[in-house]
Amino acid sequence: MIVVNTEEVPGRQITQVLGLVQGNTIRAKHAGRDIMAGFKNLVGGELKGYTELLTESRRQATERMMQQAQQLGADAVVNVRFTTSAITGGAAELYAYGTAVKLG
Amino acid sequence: MGLVIALVLTVLFLVGGLLFGRMNDRKHLASIARREERYRDIRLDNRKRVDMPEDVEVCALVIGQYVSASDYFKAFATRLRALVGGEMNSMITLMERARREAVLRMVESALKHGATEVWNIRFETSNISQMNGKRGAAQVEIIAYGTAIKRKAVA
Repeated sequence: MIVVNTEEVPGRQITQVLGLVQGNTIRAKHAGRDIMAGFKNLVGGELKGYTELLTESRRQATERMMQQAQQLGADAVVNVRFTTSAITGGAAELYAYGTAVKLG
Repeated sequence: MGLVIALVLTVLFLVGGLLFGRMNDRKHLASIARREERYRDIRLDNRKRVDMPEDVEVCALVIGQYVSASDYFKAFATRLRALVGGEMNSMITLMERARREAVLRMVESALKHGATEVWNIRFETSNISQMNGKRGAAQVEIIAYGTAIKRKAVA
């Protein structure tokens, strides 16, 4: 499946729009990572543990979105957008959404 | 006695934050500059419509992400700055560094697709320090994403 964040798939014709598809995940980190991140805050720099966690979570959200598109029989998802929000202490929501389309 | 220890620890953290923070900054900035130079040929564009869509061979979503922590000294400087207002230079460099790194990671994953261009680049910033359940030094996630394009080879 083609996933792009442009409005159309470059070089291809969209024949049918199937509608909005979305995927989300809410992840909590474990305490160990949290403590390490606390130490890291003393000297600054990248929080590698969080980068990995959020990367993996975002991939999962994207996969869920693609699954939904597959169920609709889509060939591609266009105009994909991401959002991240810290909803409660210790958890972040990652959300991916886009439009499922059929290609000619 | 307890007060003295607290004071000594605070000063230690501040100086440590300043020294290590500066060192980290400089090392990272050098690495960013080096890689930006190497990837100079990759065309970055944040327009929605891809030019010349006829000869596109591969298109794929690419993401670059970076979670950045502020150091103790910067956090302290930020609180001081908040008293008088104005531009927070220490945070500007932090965010700029994080954003450049996110772009580089996006470009690196575009290169894995054999792409030469990235279109419709979008940035998103979110503060995830609430994830800790407490207020503290900033922990900011920056993502850059776009559509990587590989062109057909000219015959």
